[in-house]
Amino acid sequence: MNYLNSIKIALNALKRNKFRAFLTMLGIIIGVASVIVMLAIGQGSKKSIQDQMSGMGTNLIFAMPGSEQKGGVRMGNSDAQSMKLSDIDAIEKNCPAISDVSPEVRSSGQAVVGNQNWPTSIYGVNNKYFSIRKYTIGTGRTFTENEIQTYAKVCLVGKTIVENLFAKTDPIGQTVRFGNIPLLIIGILGEKGENGMGQDQDDLIMAPYTTVQKRILAITHIQSIAASAASETQNEAAIEQMTESLRQSHKLKAGEDNDFQVRSQSEMVQMFSSISNVMTILLGAISGISLLVGGIGIMNIMYVSVTERTREIGLRLSVGGRGNDILLQFLIESILLSVFGGVIGITLGIVATQVMASIMSWPVVITTLSVVMSFLVCSAIGIFFGWYPARKAASLNPIDALRYE
Amino acid sequence: MKKTIIEVKQLKKDFFVGEITVHALRGVNLEIKEGEFVAIMGTSGSGKSTMLNILGCLDKPTSGSYFLDGISMGELSKNELANLRNIKLGFVFQSYNLLSRTTALENVELPLYYNSKIKSKERRERAEAALEAVGLTDRMHHMPNQMSGGQQQRVAIARSLVNDPVVILADEATGNLDTRTSYEIMALLQDLNQKGKTIAFVTHEPDIAKFMTRQIVFRDGHIIREEYVTNRNNAAELLKSLPIEESV
Repeated sequence: MNYLNSIKIALNALKRNKFRAFLTMLGIIIGVASVIVMLAIGQGSKKSIQDQMSGMGTNLIFAMPGSEQKGGVRMGNSDAQSMKLSDIDAIEKNCPAISDVSPEVRSSGQAVVGNQNWPTSIYGVNNKYFSIRKYTIGTGRTFTENEIQTYAKVCLVGKTIVENLFAKTDPIGQTVRFGNIPLLIIGILGEKGENGMGQDQDDLIMAPYTTVQKRILAITHIQSIAASAASETQNEAAIEQMTESLRQSHKLKAGEDNDFQVRSQSEMVQMFSSISNVMTILLGAISGISLLVGGIGIMNIMYVSVTERTREIGLRLSVGGRGNDILLQFLIESILLSVFGGVIGITLGIVATQVMASIMSWPVVITTLSVVMSFLVCSAIGIFFGWYPARKAASLNPIDALRYE
Repeated sequence: MKKTIIEVKQLKKDFFVGEITVHALRGVNLEIKEGEFVAIMGTSGSGKSTMLNILGCLDKPTSGSYFLDGISMGELSKNELANLRNIKLGFVFQSYNLLSRTTALENVELPLYYNSKIKSKERRERAEAALEAVGLTDRMHHMPNQMSGGQQQRVAIARSLVNDPVVILADEATGNLDTRTSYEIMALLQDLNQKGKTIAFVTHEPDIAKFMTRQIVFRDGHIIREEYVTNRNNAAELLKSLPIEESV
């Protein structure tokens, strides 16, 4: 007997019970659809976190002062003054894996233009900072070397500042006062939007680090160092080199703890990815259970079907069907049920995902892997849960089966 | 000399029910030649059903030999027996055993599905020819529940014919039918027998057995009587003499 005939026989048998076949498939349909939707949500949130993180710069490496001991007393991190501008020069000299490095000094306060004011932060940086943090220059220019040397009172402003302080006029060439220091606006930063934590990345003023150090904060140390690795693959090397360079310039002896911390953006990405991976697995597992229940539903119906069709099986055996033919027929029936159900479920899942994405504007990603996987799982369910009922059918004795009432 | 279709020698069949052994057949010798229409008779428990199951290759004897169309079934495996049933045998059951929600044509096609040598076109043609032979050309696409008992049994007979078997085995094929319909079925079987089909027909009704060429009576696992029917009834003629039912 050939397989084509088996498939035809199984199809005919299913056609005789269309409604029951549909109800049987329903479990699989719902299971597969929910797997597709849940994985799409999980993958979508993972991707959106990754996108936002890499928007901050994937090669980004931060160094900030770590815990410090003074006479056995551990000090807090924020008021440590261990980082100096000389550290920057040393990093530039010693670290081939780092392409750009910039000091960072921050202050928050009120920005004032005319009778308008806005609470914001000022960042003291050098020109490399823009590329390190993936900021673009919308209009205007960056700082000149001379402006940095002379603590010039110039700045670039973010989109949020422009919107809140400059209603209609062009900000370039105007003055914004921050902590009573008037700063000439020489450029506007390109829009960046929110970061992964919901922080507005356009609500800031950027000025030369010298200006912020001397005129606003009146300090000589720097608060942190932002750098970017030459490429993503050199992240590890860059972190190592930077750590080594900082240890040298801070004159730390071997065995002494670092008085700073080096963090890379890719570590953050990994951390958030692993969180959303756990979430995806959790969602997938829950909907996987519903898929399993759907499979058991198929098994249940196939068992009922074998009992109900005992006489049919007896007849098929008596007209020359072999045990294997009967086995194949029932196995194909359950595979067809689960595969049809799977295809419908995949379609339904994709449609539901798109609907959800457009109505609730959730980030969703349907991966080919999740579609292929759920299809394979369906076929496996068909074979696994169809096997025992099919075996039962095939092992029937034709004489008893024919007489079965 | 006609060809021997069925040859049974010293056939014994025991069943083991718990600790008790039931001797269903106690050494049966039987020969059925081509073109015969044999009635296998006996009360329930006489062994006639067991005999039919063995003749139908659905069951194996405990001892003795059985040759079907020259093939000894003693050494055959389960699958080979299935093939033998598929090619050599046709079954007609008391309760028709048609697939529900399946057209007459598809029901008749069923045995040919299990013969991989037959392509779908030939399958369709042979099923149509078999239905034509039982006079149901106009009912090909009807479902069993749209047909009368007699028509359903005709479909079953067509199904038993479709593989062109060497012998048709009928098990109380008229048991569920009224007298008139029984005679119609017998007329059809007599007609098929006339055309050369060998038929073995299990029945316990003497008047049905009178339509056949030979009667074999079983009791307690033995053949107790075996005789050729002398004044054989003709079902088609008897039908004419039956009072025509008044249409209401």
